[in-house]
Amino acid sequence: MGFFTDTSVCIGCKACEVACKEWNDVPDVIGELTGESYDNTSSLGANTWRHVAFIEQRIPTEVPDADGDVRWLMSSDVCKHCTEAPCLDVCPTGALFRTEFGTVVVQEDVCNGCGYCIPACPFGVLDRREDDGRAWKCTLCYDRLKGGMEPACAQACPTDSIQFGPLDELREKANGRLEMLHEAGVEEARLYGANEEEYGMGAFFLLLDEPEVYGLPPDPEVVTRKLGRLWGAAALAAGALAAGVAAAFIGGGR
Amino acid sequence: MSEERNGRRTDSYYGRPVIKEPVWTWEIPWYFFTGGLAGASAPLALAADLSGNQRLARSARLAALGGAMVSPVLLISDLGRPERFLNMLRVVKPTSPMSIGTWVLSSFGLSSGIAATSDVFGVFPRARTLFEGAAALLGLPLATYTAVLFADTSVPVWHEARKELPLVFASGAAASAGACAAVFTPVGEAAPARRLAVGGVLAEIGAAELMKRRLGRLLAEPYEKEEAGRYSKLATTLSGAGAAVLGLAGGKNRAAAVAGGAMILAGALCERWSVYKAGFQSARDPRYTVEHQRERRRRKGL
Repeated sequence: MGFFTDTSVCIGCKACEVACKEWNDVPDVIGELTGESYDNTSSLGANTWRHVAFIEQRIPTEVPDADGDVRWLMSSDVCKHCTEAPCLDVCPTGALFRTEFGTVVVQEDVCNGCGYCIPACPFGVLDRREDDGRAWKCTLCYDRLKGGMEPACAQACPTDSIQFGPLDELREKANGRLEMLHEAGVEEARLYGANEEEYGMGAFFLLLDEPEVYGLPPDPEVVTRKLGRLWGAAALAAGALAAGVAAAFIGGGR
Repeated sequence: MSEERNGRRTDSYYGRPVIKEPVWTWEIPWYFFTGGLAGASAPLALAADLSGNQRLARSARLAALGGAMVSPVLLISDLGRPERFLNMLRVVKPTSPMSIGTWVLSSFGLSSGIAATSDVFGVFPRARTLFEGAAALLGLPLATYTAVLFADTSVPVWHEARKELPLVFASGAAASAGACAAVFTPVGEAAPARRLAVGGVLAEIGAAELMKRRLGRLLAEPYEKEEAGRYSKLATTLSGAGAAVLGLAGGKNRAAAVAGGAMILAGALCERWSVYKAGFQSARDPRYTVEHQRERRRRKGL
């Protein structure tokens, strides 16, 4: 199960952010307007599990000396619930696990605050909460799924920008929507994370500009896939260390 | 280079980072130093013991034990919830370098503790060689696994340095172990320690240089600027000068050995700080994530 977020119909109402905070009892942070846009949460973090980005863009016009039009790109970002999740692999306590719904969840009573999952995530999703020292992120409303309900953000979304369901069904819907937009002349529309062979995401997006404009990495990578090669390089270095120590005794042990 | 469009940087959302900065604190580079020192001291102790140099073996054994005792304190202090340290020992997780490292450090502590106790109190003399051997074997991964720990993240300057980082850490560990033993051993019995220290410094400087070259212009940048750059320069200066003093005068004069050894130890510590800080700097600036990945996409023809 996962999310398809169609940013072309997002109206920036932030109902998803609020519904997420309410349902999951996430501490609220109020009064931090950035001054750059209507965004007051800035990024995903320990206390923001859905983040609505507001991107103000000026579109040049044909009219000389005119400022051009403004277009707003709005997009609700969330944990990608990667099908091969680096955070889950590096967690040394087993606090992060894959649920029966295929999603990735942190067990808050097991997390010991080591913080390894934080730089492992290629999307900057996980973060440590200052006051309790634990790592937090979207659970894809694990408790609601268990009760047969959809996640709070998807239910609260008034335009169906956030859709929830089985991933293959969502991908089909996403491809249909992409085709529709392309036919309507919105050439810049593209899917991000829908191609499982590139980088498997349990939450993928329809975007209207490059991913980096939304603060998403253009080419995310499952770094943990190279673990064997990483240990190989360490084994070579360990061998060199042993040889170096032995070599230091050539010419006498004193 | 980051492009400008409509007067706005296009490489990220309002210039915000794409990945999160690690939350690790000062204990981590110190642990990388103490863990490396302990890890390389154990094989040095074994080699000295086998060659019949008991003075040198004792210095190295105590350095291994000292490092093994300080390291867990540093690690537990860095945890966001230190009272839950025991959760680390809940599982053995081969996909997590931190889990493997915890087990390596614990078993290393046990082995080096028994070896040093046996030496100091003259008990279980027969078991000593066995545990000394175990500590020497475990010391090798202890000195290098931390490079895997860093490289197994999405921080570009750590992940892309995955081939060279273990060499930087292993040679820094060799330099530290040699320098520490040279400080605490009479000069007449410290020749192998001096050779290890000087050789380690040369390898460390060489490996760090190789790492920066292989990273390329963009990703080598964080290692050369701001705090990471200052630590890197300080590391080269201290280690280089220390190796010169220890190598040239350390064989005749104990004071020179102490001064040279101390400089090499400080240099190895600075090198760890440089690598640590470079990771933070590269995570903070979205350029290093986005430009590097754009380039990768271009190479893939996407």
